[in-house]
Amino acid sequence: MNFPLPSLVAVSAAHPWTYVLFAVIGFAFGYTLEMSGFGDSRKLAAQFYFTEMTVLKVMFTAIAVAMVLIFGAVGLGVLDFSQVWVNPTYLASGIVGGLIMGVGFIVGGFCPTTSLASASTGKIDGMLFMLGGFVGAFLFGETEKYFDGWYTNAGYYGRVTLDQVFGIPVGAVVVIVILMALFMFWGGEQLERIFGKRDLSKEPKLRVAGAVALFAAAVTVLAIGSPSLEDKYNKVTFTRTETIEQVNADPIVNTLTYTADDMLANRLVFITPAEAFKAKYNQSMNPVYLDVRSEADYNLYHIENAVNVPLDRLTEVIPVLLSEPPANSVFILMSNDEAAATKAWKTLVGSSVQNVYILEGGVNNWIAFFGAEDKALQPAPNAGDDQLGYIFPAALGSRYESCDPNPIEYEALEFEAKIILQLKRDKSGGGCG
Amino acid sequence: MATQTRKSIFNRPEKAYVHPYFGGAVLGIVLFLAILLTGNGLGSSGATSRLDAAFVDAVAPAHVDNTPYLLKLAGGDKNPLDDWIVPVFFGALLGGFSSGFFSGRLKFMTTKGPNISNRTRWLMAFLGGVIFLYGARMARGCTSGQALSGGATLSAGSWVVMFAIFGGAYGVAYFVRKYWL
Repeated sequence: MNFPLPSLVAVSAAHPWTYVLFAVIGFAFGYTLEMSGFGDSRKLAAQFYFTEMTVLKVMFTAIAVAMVLIFGAVGLGVLDFSQVWVNPTYLASGIVGGLIMGVGFIVGGFCPTTSLASASTGKIDGMLFMLGGFVGAFLFGETEKYFDGWYTNAGYYGRVTLDQVFGIPVGAVVVIVILMALFMFWGGEQLERIFGKRDLSKEPKLRVAGAVALFAAAVTVLAIGSPSLEDKYNKVTFTRTETIEQVNADPIVNTLTYTADDMLANRLVFITPAEAFKAKYNQSMNPVYLDVRSEADYNLYHIENAVNVPLDRLTEVIPVLLSEPPANSVFILMSNDEAAATKAWKTLVGSSVQNVYILEGGVNNWIAFFGAEDKALQPAPNAGDDQLGYIFPAALGSRYESCDPNPIEYEALEFEAKIILQLKRDKSGGGCG
Repeated sequence: MATQTRKSIFNRPEKAYVHPYFGGAVLGIVLFLAILLTGNGLGSSGATSRLDAAFVDAVAPAHVDNTPYLLKLAGGDKNPLDDWIVPVFFGALLGGFSSGFFSGRLKFMTTKGPNISNRTRWLMAFLGGVIFLYGARMARGCTSGQALSGGATLSAGSWVVMFAIFGGAYGVAYFVRKYWL
């Protein structure tokens, strides 16, 4: 099975039990915080006077355990990391907001979720913190308009993980984080001994075994590594519906599941030049034309607004394709013919980019369709596979008429629509957002 | 302290808290399962905003249309409560209550430093809540959504937020010590 389960990524009224599932997750969350002592503000505040490091211990144990399990599952190919919400990086608002939160933490003695654990067990200070929280969140909503530009743009880096920042394998980051956490636990216990007068000899010996197990698990994650592109490609599935008209009855709608290779074999991802062109004028989608040919071919002739990403540099833009464009983006790949575009399609699909299609017959077919009457474009007799099938008098790029066909002239175009927009889950409201 | 000797509701014997490493490990497994099943981590401060937005939408819908931030949550026919974080929020309240119930920790009391009055503590708690949630919305997540969930998924920005939270709290701790020590 492929995790996360698509039907569970968001609540939806169509599946009322999704509300129950998230409520159960919340229940376990609140239960764990309360049983760890986070309903008591003194335990939380003690963290900042070094007398009791419970906050640090609980938080970093949780991060360490979850991280090892997450990246272990990713490495084994069970969990698709591209479908996991990773908080986008906004350095400026993150730092300022973080510092403000820190002040609120030590003044109020809680953080938002711990105040829930506190309030729900009858602690009056927890209830007041919660109440203050509603006021604070409201005030933010009211004042955000005064620094909207800064809030949305300053230090924005999108979806970046630590392994990308440091340019090392994710398994290595996991090992480093575990070592750091273990060092902090050791340091935290020393502080408790000094400032909190705690007798460490009474601490359970089992915690040492836990530390060893955690470290061993991290090394295993490093050893497993990340799943190959091919493994990920083979796991991708697509669903399409097929409607069978019935005489004297409602049509039957079948849902069919295809593998990525089936999609290619059945040519379900090849769209005609007409459909690729019409996508530009379709309000519901945002087509992105990715031209994967060499820069030389691109300079000779390319479709208006096409972005040149030569095949060998495709992997560099994948993070951008995953995180940046609007959810209704449709990527239309093209090469001179179809070979290079098909390779690019496999790479993007294996990397979990959604709504990727291939221009049927490539740029040559586009010219044949829209530029057949252009006398400047003469067919090249000896063009090989996936080479430009035309001779160009000059490298005019997108300045031929057929690069940007006239929408009025081509108002009525018949085609069998292949593009089925699959909306990514809305990540704008994800995380704690 | 009088508040300490008060009996627990339902008269259940009060149990000790679990060991922090054990509590942390359980929390880590809960977080992992949430991410494995749904692709979303844990959180709560987002729900506070959404409840606020729902409230404003109910009493002053015109105000929503004039406030960009609220517009994102409750504009048009959007229901601000239709988000996974809302059931997580109410689930967490119920979960905290249940843990308190089974461990005999349900009681009306105020947790505070030894040298301040209940009234001062209440004021500080309220003020802290205002400040914390203001910062949490600015940073797009609190200790749960950013530090915990973002930390475990190795989000670079979340690690920065996490250190900023600790930095802010340690930086101010000395000046508010009379409220806690």
